Amino acid sequence: MSIKKISKVQPELFEFTSENLEKAKNEIKKYPKKRKASAVLALLYLVQNQNDNWIPLAAIRYVAVLLGMPYIKVYEVATFYSMFNLSPVGKYFVQVCTTTPCMIRGAKKITEICKKYISEEQNKLSENKICSWTEVECLGACVNAPMMQINKDYFEDLNESKTEEIIQKLLKDEFPEPGSVKNRKNNAPESGKTTLIEIKNA
Amino acid sequence: MPKIIINNKEIEFEDGMTVLQACEMAGAEIPRFCYHERLSIAGNCRMCLVEMEKSPKPIASCAMPAAEGMKIKTNTPFVDKARKGVMEFLLANHPLDCPVCDQGGECDLQDQSLFYGLDNSRYSENKRQVKEKYMGPLIKTQMTRCIHCTRCIRFATEVAGIPELGAIGRGEDMEITTYLERSMESELSANVIDLCPVGALTSKPYAFEARPWELKKTETIDVMDAVGSNIRVDTYGWEVKRILPRINEDINEEWISDKTRYACDGLLKQRIDTPYIRENGQLKKTTWENAKKTLINKIKSFDPNEVAGIVGDLSDLEMIYSFKSFFNSLGSNNLECRQDRIYINPEERINYIFNSSIKGIENSDLILLVGSNPRLEASILNARIRKAYQKNNTKIYSIGDPGDLTYPYEVIGSNTSIIKLIAAGSHEISEKIKKSKKPMIIIGESALYGEAGRYTFETIKKFLFTNNFIRNDWNALNVLTQQASRVGALDLGLYSIAKNDNFSFFDKLENGLFKFIYLLGADDINFKKDDKFIVYQGSHGDKGAEIADIVLPGAAYTEKNGLFVNLEGKIQNAYKASYPPGDAREDWKIIKDLSKLLKKPEDYKDINELQKNIKKNITIKNNINLKNTESVEFIEKEISIKPIDYYFTNSIARSSKTMNECRRVKKKFLFTGIEKAS
Repeated sequence: MSIKKISKVQPELFEFTSENLEKAKNEIKKYPKKRKASAVLALLYLVQNQNDNWIPLAAIRYVAVLLGMPYIKVYEVATFYSMFNLSPVGKYFVQVCTTTPCMIRGAKKITEICKKYISEEQNKLSENKICSWTEVECLGACVNAPMMQINKDYFEDLNESKTEEIIQKLLKDEFPEPGSVKNRKNNAPESGKTTLIEIKNA
Repeated sequence: MPKIIINNKEIEFEDGMTVLQACEMAGAEIPRFCYHERLSIAGNCRMCLVEMEKSPKPIASCAMPAAEGMKIKTNTPFVDKARKGVMEFLLANHPLDCPVCDQGGECDLQDQSLFYGLDNSRYSENKRQVKEKYMGPLIKTQMTRCIHCTRCIRFATEVAGIPELGAIGRGEDMEITTYLERSMESELSANVIDLCPVGALTSKPYAFEARPWELKKTETIDVMDAVGSNIRVDTYGWEVKRILPRINEDINEEWISDKTRYACDGLLKQRIDTPYIRENGQLKKTTWENAKKTLINKIKSFDPNEVAGIVGDLSDLEMIYSFKSFFNSLGSNNLECRQDRIYINPEERINYIFNSSIKGIENSDLILLVGSNPRLEASILNARIRKAYQKNNTKIYSIGDPGDLTYPYEVIGSNTSIIKLIAAGSHEISEKIKKSKKPMIIIGESALYGEAGRYTFETIKKFLFTNNFIRNDWNALNVLTQQASRVGALDLGLYSIAKNDNFSFFDKLENGLFKFIYLLGADDINFKKDDKFIVYQGSHGDKGAEIADIVLPGAAYTEKNGLFVNLEGKIQNAYKASYPPGDAREDWKIIKDLSKLLKKPEDYKDINELQKNIKKNITIKNNINLKNTESVEFIEKEISIKPIDYYFTNSIARSSKTMNECRRVKKKFLFTGIEKAS
């Protein structure tokens, strides 16, 4: 991982929607008045939600002014955390887990599909600028390997055909049903429950 | 006092000290990169590791508070190994470019790796490469060399008060940069070069100019502003290569402003190196004999009342004293050190100096700025005010709006009527001042301008006097002068003040009563030339030399021994680091020669006698005269802070390429750079 590239194309202005501004104010309220800079992570996260998964420089300045921080301090935070993107990643941001359990269960095949359908390189937008993909380290769903994360949702127990289906849908600007593609609940056994059978909602 | 055992030696330490400080007291040297006395503690370079009894791991002594009964060892194989390990990691990514690095010879990393590091490297992988960063026209960066001590970031945030530097990325990819690589917007920015323990931040104008061991070092005094910062001038032959700060806790701590540091390349440009005389409207080179003879013949042809002399901003006491005695022997008293209509009251010394002293700012609990922008008028003093604000949360108010001062303050108005209200006690500030223990009122030149200046000054003085804030142990009355020569010139009586007319000199000048004007390095005075005969004596061909009929080449501040009085009234010795170019001579010698030609020789033979005479003429004792001034008639006037062209305030700075560049960058920044988020 190297220093994040900052997009050359930047919007002139950024502003929270009234709904997000409300949320931001609630976040700021959680901290003492003198320490409102503590809300910077939460606010950057809100920015990313509002702005197709990436943070433009205008938003960094906007957050800095909102929290009374120097620009550079917000910029430091935004460059430090790998989950903040500083250049566009598309409306659908696909993160494929390639850490050992997923790798053993065939994550390589999934990245191949991403390469084929989305873009040849990581962090590069698809032709219709709607989607991009990247490899990430463990996302903590090893039981359902291989898996990937699209925006906030996990797609688990993937195989080649299902992945292809999901990606195709994304490229058509539709959001597929998240969760296990094998339709198992969370990480329950594939063949149904083996314990606590009597309890309905266990 | 608590006790600590360091290397089996028991010493006492003060509460709140760190282990590193205690070790230093015990005489044990601890290597360090990130720790700096005047900055907050970061504890990230790990070079200061020491052994503490009962701790299985070495501890970072700079960040560990010393405690009663601690047993510290700094000279064991355990510590040695820890240091070697840290050093190996620091050097893993540090390039081996000492031969082409400007820090070579004065590099902390170089020195410490010699004493504490390994003699070979086990690292054979590729080294990290980091792109250079733009930080303005003064700072050259070579970020591959950076060891991430973060001293520069802490300096910019804490001392300079411009949080523009930061570390982006993390881990191996951490990089120090300004926000989007803009130039640093501070008058103290170049101090990060001194702070940088490696060659990552070096001086741009000085790049590849010289090696530290080739330079002759002279400890002297700065004249770019009235603060009188202590500096060290490094010269290579005649050329002044660079200027560095010297530590003086009472004045500049260990910082100097960018102008002090970088105006020195102006000493090589635009120099007057031979006498000139105007013939048919053009300045022609001439000999000293001819120039002096013409000058004396000319001066004799005028009535003494028609002869006037103006002393410039960079003059030392020797010049001023000999200039005055020259004029006295002529029989003229038309002397002035002001170049603008700034009100002064030279009756007592406390009326024109910074009485609370620069160090005293730290003890103050309330500061009121009156028509002053200390950030540009005295950058180092402004850093003290910021320090006071950070340390004691000192409340700062201002009359007139000076813009960003790097600390918060409240503008309480911008009119002399506010002063009337304060004096009458009907403004909330006057209550606050009365309640505070050590208030300070800092009066700038903008507030002293013209007749309203008399009202402002005398009223404030009276207000402070009646409230017993002008005492021997604390004097709240402060005048912030901007010129290195001003206080000294006033001490020696270089002013023409008629009774109740502070500006008689300027009135006479404007009415054309002076026919012969002698400018002693004075470039900033505005008057019509008409048929006046003008002599300019100085170091640089600037505004003064342009209108002069005779130009005499003088020496610049690094080229002569001299005395300077700073704004607090401290007399400091400046020493000769270089010598004047060509036929230029030390100014007091020129004036002494002129006196000889006038057949009225001066009463001193050499510089020692001259300095003795000067010291006899200055009464340092700030005796407080208890007879108070009468009330002055109220004059309503707007107090607007005069804009200052910071990088262009004197002839040396105006000749400097670096200052020109800084000014250009700053202007450009003001036009395009400031973006405001809505």
